[in-house]
Amino acid sequence: MSFDLLVSVSLVYVGFLFGIAYWAERRARRGGVRWLRSPLVYTLSLSIYCTAWTFYGAVGYASRSGLEFLTIYIGPSLVLFGWWWILRKLVRIGRSQRITSIADLISSRYGKSAMLGGIVTLIAVVGTTPYIALQLQSVTLSFGVFAEGAPGSFPVPDQRPTAIWVAGGMAVFAILFGTRNVDANERHHGVVTAIAAEALVKLFALLAVGIFIVWGVAGGIGPVAERIDASSLARIPLDRGRWLALIFVSGAALLVLPRMFQVLVVENEDERHLATASWAFPLYLALMSVFVIPIAAVGMSELPSWANPDLFVLTLPLAHGQDMLALLAFLGGFSSATSMVIVAAIALATMISNHIVLPLWLSLRKGAPGNLRLVLLSARRLAIAGVLGLGYVYYVWSGGGRELAAIGIISFVGVVQVMPAAVGGIFWRGATRRGAAAGVLLGAAVWAYTLFLPSFGHGVILPDRLFAQGPFGIGWLRPQALFGIEGLDPVVHAVIWSMAANCTAFLLGSITAFPAPLERLQGAQFVNVYDHSQGPRGWSQSRAEAEDLLIMAQRILGPRQAQDLFAGEARRQGKAGFLPDTSPDFLDRLERELAGSVGAATAHAMIGQIAIGTAVSVEDLMAVAGEAAQILEHSIQLQAKSDELSRTARQLREANRKLTELSVQKDSFLGQISHELRTPMTSIRSFSEILMDGEGMDPGARQRFAAIIHDEAERLTRLLDALLDLSVLEHGQAPLNCETVRLRDLIGRAVAATGSVGPGAGLAVRREILEEDVVLRTDADRLAQVFINIIANARKYCDADEPQLRIVVQRHGARLTVDFIDNGSGIRPRDQGVIFEKFSRLSDQSAAGSAGLGLAICREILQKLGGSIAYLPGQGGAAFRVTLPLDISACAA
Amino acid sequence: MSAARPPVFLERQSYRHRRLIDASRVVPVFGLMLFLVPLLWPQPQPEAQGAPGQVALAGRGLYLFLAWGGLVAVTALISQRLRSRLAAAAPPPARTGGEAAEGVSDGAGGADVL
Repeated sequence: MSFDLLVSVSLVYVGFLFGIAYWAERRARRGGVRWLRSPLVYTLSLSIYCTAWTFYGAVGYASRSGLEFLTIYIGPSLVLFGWWWILRKLVRIGRSQRITSIADLISSRYGKSAMLGGIVTLIAVVGTTPYIALQLQSVTLSFGVFAEGAPGSFPVPDQRPTAIWVAGGMAVFAILFGTRNVDANERHHGVVTAIAAEALVKLFALLAVGIFIVWGVAGGIGPVAERIDASSLARIPLDRGRWLALIFVSGAALLVLPRMFQVLVVENEDERHLATASWAFPLYLALMSVFVIPIAAVGMSELPSWANPDLFVLTLPLAHGQDMLALLAFLGGFSSATSMVIVAAIALATMISNHIVLPLWLSLRKGAPGNLRLVLLSARRLAIAGVLGLGYVYYVWSGGGRELAAIGIISFVGVVQVMPAAVGGIFWRGATRRGAAAGVLLGAAVWAYTLFLPSFGHGVILPDRLFAQGPFGIGWLRPQALFGIEGLDPVVHAVIWSMAANCTAFLLGSITAFPAPLERLQGAQFVNVYDHSQGPRGWSQSRAEAEDLLIMAQRILGPRQAQDLFAGEARRQGKAGFLPDTSPDFLDRLERELAGSVGAATAHAMIGQIAIGTAVSVEDLMAVAGEAAQILEHSIQLQAKSDELSRTARQLREANRKLTELSVQKDSFLGQISHELRTPMTSIRSFSEILMDGEGMDPGARQRFAAIIHDEAERLTRLLDALLDLSVLEHGQAPLNCETVRLRDLIGRAVAATGSVGPGAGLAVRREILEEDVVLRTDADRLAQVFINIIANARKYCDADEPQLRIVVQRHGARLTVDFIDNGSGIRPRDQGVIFEKFSRLSDQSAAGSAGLGLAICREILQKLGGSIAYLPGQGGAAFRVTLPLDISACAA
Repeated sequence: MSAARPPVFLERQSYRHRRLIDASRVVPVFGLMLFLVPLLWPQPQPEAQGAPGQVALAGRGLYLFLAWGGLVAVTALISQRLRSRLAAAAPPPARTGGEAAEGVSDGAGGADVL
């Protein structure tokens, strides 16, 4: 087959791809995208995971390491089997936050951080460049196979023009179909459809080669199995560490490789497609790898030992004269390489333009943003060209000599450094920007030191001495034997140490940092994406002019798209024209729309510039929340105060009621006292008037009248004395005159004082002389007054035929009770409560000479003496119990 | 029983759906175990140049691909059922600003509060 034919077939194939992409774009534009967004197309688009590395390299890999090559496909298969865990969440977040790339995911998650976006972009570029070089290498190698007819011996200098042509063609394709629209979040129907077609071509090609080898060359499954077991493949030991490490790395890489993120999340049309891809993509991977071992085994046994096993897929059919099959295989490899390079270039270009070029450009040209759309598109086109250029430079520089698989794994391990920050960020709300940055940077540094830089070979970038002795002779820092652990496979060594450093820094940084408010909000939205489908308000009612926003949006989205967006929003608000109200809703939506083009961080900053001072910042929201909390606290305090006030009011009402009662009491007291005073005064006045007028009054009558006046005056005096006494006692002004006295003497004095003449003279007093022999320390005169009062009362009121009074004395520890019990009719229960009140006289009987103050005075006196007086019911007559302390000073103390 | 409390028992359909999600979560774990079996295989003797040091590589490969195929089949079975449920509950595929609420509740997605 001639080289020219090969080139023309390639060109026709490329034309066919252009045609498909163009057709799909047109269909999508006209709305006929039904089957373009089918789960089948989605699944096939994921196949960019299988690059030329898979197509050619897997066989080479298998021939060197046996079954180990399968790890690269087992890891992603497991991730897809577990789609419900991670992928579903990633896709949901990608859709609700309008994520444009893996860098945007991380930047947006950690508070729309431009710095993190830049870091991730750089790592992605560094990690992807070797990979692109790998694709260029494989395509040029495959060209070389046909051109030379002798595999592997194509002279390197002549490969360079081929590589340039290949890189250039891919760049044109990516620019044409990948940057038609500035909205990176918009589906690239053309590209996706084209790579889906390529996926079919490469699967078909590899299966065709495999079937040909198994049934055409080896003669069926049985003989192939025998050949495999007999080949040197069967003697290759399985490196268990690499088996584990590579399954982990490839699974993690599926999530964070920029191109995989592009097709998995950004280009995803519908969450349900994941359900199909969850089994269909692993099936695709299994089909891609099922014939690898047979091809390797047959190739090793049939081709000369100097043949490059990376090219067995091509050279085996050629060796058997199957030119058409070889051509098909060539197209399969070509498809693998181009689809990967195109998607990777688009993904990287989006990241570079959104996270590096745009932030730089905006900070350099503050004030007048100019036509951002043009900047953005040019940045992306240049970035695509730049990424491919970098890949070419790497390819030329690295000499294209090493086996494909090694390069692929090195770049996997590098990109995987992003995984802890990404996966941690969507499951752990405590993950912070500081932790993410620290983890990614440290992990990438360890990766570069232990795997990436050494991969260029000893003495190329890192000096030989470093590998042998470590930096500055520090042995435990040797790049491939960190901490003195030698003998590990370099990849396993790099995976262990980089992930350990990465995760530790991520955890420590996150745990010790306190995230900014916006970061916390974003964290909550990402982690709880199933709960909040609608984002929180980032914008308050804005004073921003809709016109300014429209001008900005036009610069980014392009005039037509921006105007459509604004007109649609205005219609939604029920307005005509292009200028909707700048409601918070609208600002949010606009920010998301812009984020789809320029990334979350830039979109946020740009709207912030225009909607300046409109409470953009979440700090303000927090402040508002703080105020609300303060108000709440105030109201709680007010509530407490009001409670206190109502308590006070209740107390005041109570006091008022008491005062009113007291006033009523006072009134009645005054009424009674004036009545008490008036009665004697009336008789004094009338009798003295009679005496004054009585000229012819006989001396006997005069004598009698004078006696009455005298008696009444005495009664008045007694009353006034008693009142004075009571007043003195009540106001505590009466000094106590304490002395030691024998109770018997006191009672005797009282009984004697009440006299045995006059009314009640017949009262028999029964005393218990022995019990009365108690020595008291008290105010004897006051106590005698109490006793006199009680005994006098008994004399006055005891209505028994043979009245008698028992005086019972009892000691209760330091206290003494003296009961005065008569045998009269006693006091009715309803009166028992009032007998100690002033002026309470129960009956008018024998009331003469009593003002009803006696018992009141007794009560006062006993209070002074530290005792009490109470009516003692149930004694068969009136009974009063006087309780006293034995020693008044002990009581007072 | 207050009406505000979530029910302890689900109706049959929701119950089946939950178990389906459980199954879908277990598949990768089970798959990982299947794919870690190679760690248990005896290593070929490196010194033996002839037949004695060899192992049945074809059989081992067959095991891996059978496990792979089995997992694909099981996942296909589960995912297609889940998919039909998602179809009923998921938001419309078009990009609309406000997404509809999640119809299929995520058991592990309990909101942790910070």
